[in-house]
Amino acid sequence: MKRFVGILAFVFLFLLSYGQDQLQISGNFEINSQTYKPDSIINAPNVAEKLLSNIYGQIYISYKHFRAGLRYEAYQNALLGYDRRYNGKGIANRFVSYESQFLTLTLGNFYDQFGNGLVLRAFEDRALGYDNAFDGAHLKLKPVKGIQIKALIGRQRFFWSYGPGIVRAVDGEMNFNQLLDIKTGPELTMGGSFVSRYQPDENPIYKLPENVAAWAGRINVNYKGFALNFEQAYKINDPSADNMYIYKPGLATYMSVSYSKTGFGLVFTANRYDNFSFRSDRNATSNNLFINSVPTIVPIHAYSLETIYPYAVHPTNEMGGSAEIFVKFKRKSFLGGKYGTLLSLDFVHVRSIQKTPTFDGTGYTSRFFMPGKTVFYQEIGAKLEKKISRKIKLKAKYLNLRYNKDIVQGLVGYGTIYANIGILDLTYRFTYTKALRTELQMLHTKQDMGSWAMIFAEYSVSPHWYFTVYDQYNYGNPHVEKRVHYYDLSVTYVHEGSRISIGYGRHREGIICVGGVCRNMPASNGFTFSVSTTF
Amino acid sequence: MKKIIVLTLGLILLNISFAQQFTLPSVDLKTLDGKTINTRDLLKDGKPIFLDFWATWCKPCIVELNTLADLYPDWQDETDVKIVVVSIDDARTQSRVAPFVNSRGWDDFTILLDPNGDFKRAMNVINIPHSFIIQPNGKIFWQHTGFAPGDEQEIYNQLLKLKAQLDTTSKK
Repeated sequence: MKRFVGILAFVFLFLLSYGQDQLQISGNFEINSQTYKPDSIINAPNVAEKLLSNIYGQIYISYKHFRAGLRYEAYQNALLGYDRRYNGKGIANRFVSYESQFLTLTLGNFYDQFGNGLVLRAFEDRALGYDNAFDGAHLKLKPVKGIQIKALIGRQRFFWSYGPGIVRAVDGEMNFNQLLDIKTGPELTMGGSFVSRYQPDENPIYKLPENVAAWAGRINVNYKGFALNFEQAYKINDPSADNMYIYKPGLATYMSVSYSKTGFGLVFTANRYDNFSFRSDRNATSNNLFINSVPTIVPIHAYSLETIYPYAVHPTNEMGGSAEIFVKFKRKSFLGGKYGTLLSLDFVHVRSIQKTPTFDGTGYTSRFFMPGKTVFYQEIGAKLEKKISRKIKLKAKYLNLRYNKDIVQGLVGYGTIYANIGILDLTYRFTYTKALRTELQMLHTKQDMGSWAMIFAEYSVSPHWYFTVYDQYNYGNPHVEKRVHYYDLSVTYVHEGSRISIGYGRHREGIICVGGVCRNMPASNGFTFSVSTTF
Repeated sequence: MKKIIVLTLGLILLNISFAQQFTLPSVDLKTLDGKTINTRDLLKDGKPIFLDFWATWCKPCIVELNTLADLYPDWQDETDVKIVVVSIDDARTQSRVAPFVNSRGWDDFTILLDPNGDFKRAMNVINIPHSFIIQPNGKIFWQHTGFAPGDEQEIYNQLLKLKAQLDTTSKK
């Protein structure tokens, strides 16, 4: 490690003195800090350090065909809600790569995704504290236009060390239109992946597979506004903590079909994941050491009260379908009014797969098209966007949720929550640069924490300032003493690629989810400070 | 170890103070119809580029792109700019991108997909929306994070500034 940094510094000095013109440097710094004070009403814990900080610094250097990167991370200590195993500091990511027309070779840390991620996806998401980067070698070949081959080998990041399994993977993709230089007709892309994980069997009783292979095939077709994306993946038996150590192969299927033209869009998605958790350590739990990332079909919600009940994918057992339609009513039509109106409707349903138990160590059998009995999640949503006048813009949203809290969050005793959410989002423009955006949000439910109301206002002065204030009020909490206000005030200053924000508030307990990955956020009370810059 | 890091960072900072802006990195992205396109190919037609990172779930991004869609025809005439919008939607929401942009009538933009954030990382984007103005030679001219109503004026001013700069160099 030390040697690596030393070499990098030397190369850098060398380039600085000789290669001014071609030398490129870029990077970003980010610091997020928060103070904590105990608040018994909202269950905000007593944090011994009083102040916690997450610090990230990334530098890229490129010179002609070479590129190198270094990321410093320091958790002093990790913000509440991040895994304490991140506490500490060091070089969390470093790589060197060489690129030509024909190949790109990377040594060190790298990220990648094959197809939809069913068999392999490495990525970083700081908001989630998620980083399953590989450390090893990555090769990308582009022998002819339209063909791309990728091969990689490495181990995955596990906080400040690496997981026990070695991952070997190849992926090939062919775009027939680019390959054969066809300019008309349907656009066809096909791809296939093979991934293998080696982890020694140290179990004294069971004979566990040391090399676990998974493979996937995919096809994409695009023609005159139609798009089809289909991928299916198979994994040999892989007894793991996720599947209770059963000797059953896994199967994952993901597809989407869409049609769109100016002013109209329609999209259907479907998935089925049967025993498809794939990690580089069979004993890993939580969000650690995932090799793959199977996509959920539940859309990402952006309004605060919607995120009280976020969905997280179940790679071992889930099937579902969704449909969404977008319509833009033209200007000067009956529904369009003066400026046009955008309407979208969606329906999403996710449930378990059917299982018939077996007693030979394979756990169960499952019929592909047969749905299981348990509903995990369902939503029915409608959204309207409309410009009322030159100064006023309106968005309105309704969401009906059916949320199996026990299944989604892995808890007991909460059952399924039925909730209705209504949101009104209004932007009023005072002058060309000054605008006020307000949100009124209501969540109504008789279960769990009961109903919520929220008011939010953001006053912006372009191009630099944002002043934000909100209050979330849990007025329907069945425990009267918990009917409290969660408020927050913040000021943000933006200058080109830099952003500074300071705030004070009381934040509710909750989970933040992106894709299949979630992070528990304990309640907190205190000042927040964040600064980021890109250069 | 520490000394080396401090030295490196110091030199980097020193370099930044008199350094050139960085150039568009080379990353392979996907078009909506599944073709692979390298970011360097965007520079081939010699136009200045307004590059914007966004996602279907990002509220201010949608406000920004709606605003730009209305202004784009005029900006094209006046500044010759090409607007390239890069969706960082991952596999979860990627299939929504085409219906989303077409239904909104954003089809004049060049739309690219960056589902695993490779280009986002290479461009040092932390939060979205994050936009860049890129010179025809690939150098970053200006960048901005976030979007508030009115920011379009700042973008327009920067595009005019770049145009004036390009016009003077071409006359030489």
